[in-house]
Amino acid sequence: MRLPCPLCGERDRREFYYQGHATMLDRPARDAGIDAWDDYLHNRDNIAGEVEDLWHHEAGCGAWIKVTRNTVTHEVSGAKLVNGARK
Amino acid sequence: MGYSALKIFKEGLFGQKGWKPVWRNPEPKPEYDVIIIGGGGHGLSTAYYLAKAHGITNVAVLEKGYLGGGNVGRNTTIVRANYLLPGNSEFYSHSLKLWEGMEQDLNYNTMMSQRGIINLFHSDGQRDAFARRGNAMINQGDDAILLDRDGVKDMLPMIDYDNVRFPIYGGLYHPRGGTARHDAVAWGYARGADQRGVDLIQNCEVTGIDIEGGVVRGVQTSRGAIRAKKVAIVVAGRSGQVAAMAGMRLPIESHVLQAFVTEGVKPILDNVVSFGMGHFYISQSDKGGLVFGGDLDFYASYAARGNLPMAEHVTDAAMTLMPSIGKARVLRSWGGIMDMSSDGSPIIDKTQTDGLYLNCGWCYGGFKAVPGSGFSYAHLIAKDVHHEPASKFRLDRFRTGRGLMDEEGTGSQHNLH
Repeated sequence: MRLPCPLCGERDRREFYYQGHATMLDRPARDAGIDAWDDYLHNRDNIAGEVEDLWHHEAGCGAWIKVTRNTVTHEVSGAKLVNGARK
Repeated sequence: MGYSALKIFKEGLFGQKGWKPVWRNPEPKPEYDVIIIGGGGHGLSTAYYLAKAHGITNVAVLEKGYLGGGNVGRNTTIVRANYLLPGNSEFYSHSLKLWEGMEQDLNYNTMMSQRGIINLFHSDGQRDAFARRGNAMINQGDDAILLDRDGVKDMLPMIDYDNVRFPIYGGLYHPRGGTARHDAVAWGYARGADQRGVDLIQNCEVTGIDIEGGVVRGVQTSRGAIRAKKVAIVVAGRSGQVAAMAGMRLPIESHVLQAFVTEGVKPILDNVVSFGMGHFYISQSDKGGLVFGGDLDFYASYAARGNLPMAEHVTDAAMTLMPSIGKARVLRSWGGIMDMSSDGSPIIDKTQTDGLYLNCGWCYGGFKAVPGSGFSYAHLIAKDVHHEPASKFRLDRFRTGRGLMDEEGTGSQHNLH
C-alpha cells in the first residue's frame, strides 16, 4: 500500500503512522458531555468501504494527512493535508 | 455418526461414498426462541450450550456464508489462559477448563494438544513483568512456571539464545496451553448443536433487525423475515455493520491480522513459542508446517488479506528468533478481520434493545475463547444474568471509564491495540 502524501508524493506505507478514523479531528468541546466524548474516543462507524482516516508521515515530511481509502480493497483514492482539510 | 478405523478402512475400499452429512440443512422456520447471528466458533458454541446447558433448542444459527468460514478457520489455533487482569483472568481460566473436557463432551476429536506455551523474555525488567503475570495465573488456579535461560534451552534447542539485541533470559512456561484443530472445533459444536435440534442455516445473510418499541422482534434475511424472542449478535469483524442494523455504534474497529504457514518439516518445535519483543509467535502443526504470525497490519481493514510490510516484519522476527528455519518455504499466508475493541478486551452484554445481545471485541484472541464465550453468552441469553467469569465484559465500560481492561497496558485507544 502506498499513500499519496500531498507534499512528498506517493510514499510507502511504512513511512506512515496510522492514527485511525478521521473522526479524531472532530474533538468535542470540554463540556460536551459523556456521550459525545464516548463517541469521539471509542465508538466508530467502522465502515466496510470508503473511509477517511488519519496518517502521520512520521518518516517523511512530518505532515498529518487525511487519506481516502477503501477498507475492503485497500485502494487509496486521495489524500490532503489535515490543516487544509480542517473546517 | 460414529467414526472408527474399520469405517475409514471400508470407505477407502468403496470410493468414500458411504459418508453422510453430520448436520441437517434445514429451511428457516417462521419463528424461533433465539436467533444467533453468525455461524462461527463463538456462534456455534453459543448454540450448543443454549441447548445443552439450558434446554433451549428452538434456536437458529444464521450464517451468511458457510459454517466456520470466518476467523475460526483463519486463526493460528492457540489455546491458553495466561491473562493478568481480573475480568480476563477468570474468563480464560474457565474457557481453558472447557477446552480440556471438550473432546469428551462433544464426542469429537478436536485434536486438543496441551503442548505448553513459552513466552520469552530478554531483560531483568521483562522477567519481573512475567513473574508477576505468572503469579496472577497461579492465583487464578492455572499453571505457570518461570524458566531461566537453561530451562528454556532444555525445551527449545532450535532458537538463537545470543541475539545481540534480544538475548534469551528465560521464559514464562504455561504447560496447559497448546493448540487445537480449529475447524474441528467449529464442526464439533455444529454437530452437537444440530443433534440437539438447533437449526444451522447457511447462506442466510441478516439484512435487518426488527425492533418495535425498544424490543427485538426478529430479523430480515436474504431468505425472508424470521421472528424471534431473542436475537444474539456474534459476528466478530462484521460487528459494526450488524450492530448498525439495531442503531448502535460500537467501540470496535475492524483490522486485518496476518498468519503464515511453511511447508512441512521434521519435528523441531514441541511447544508454542512467543517472542513478544518481535511481535512474533510460532508453533509446529501436526503435519509439520511451521505456523506463525505477528501483529496487526495496523490500519482499519475488511480485506482479509494483509500487505507486504507486515509480512516482511514477521519474517524478520522469525529469522531473529530461529535462523534455522530460514530455508523453509512459506506455503500460504492469509488475513483475518479482527474486531478490535479500544481497550483490547471483549464484550458480552445486553444492549439498549430488550432481547438483543452482543458478543464481540475478541481482538486477535478469539479462538481460545470459543468454548468460554459460547458458555457465558448462552448463560446471559438464557437467564438475562451475566455468567460470573464473563461478568466484567460490559459494553458500558467504555462510556463510563469504569472497568476498562487494558491487558497490554497501552491505553484504551483504538490505534494502540
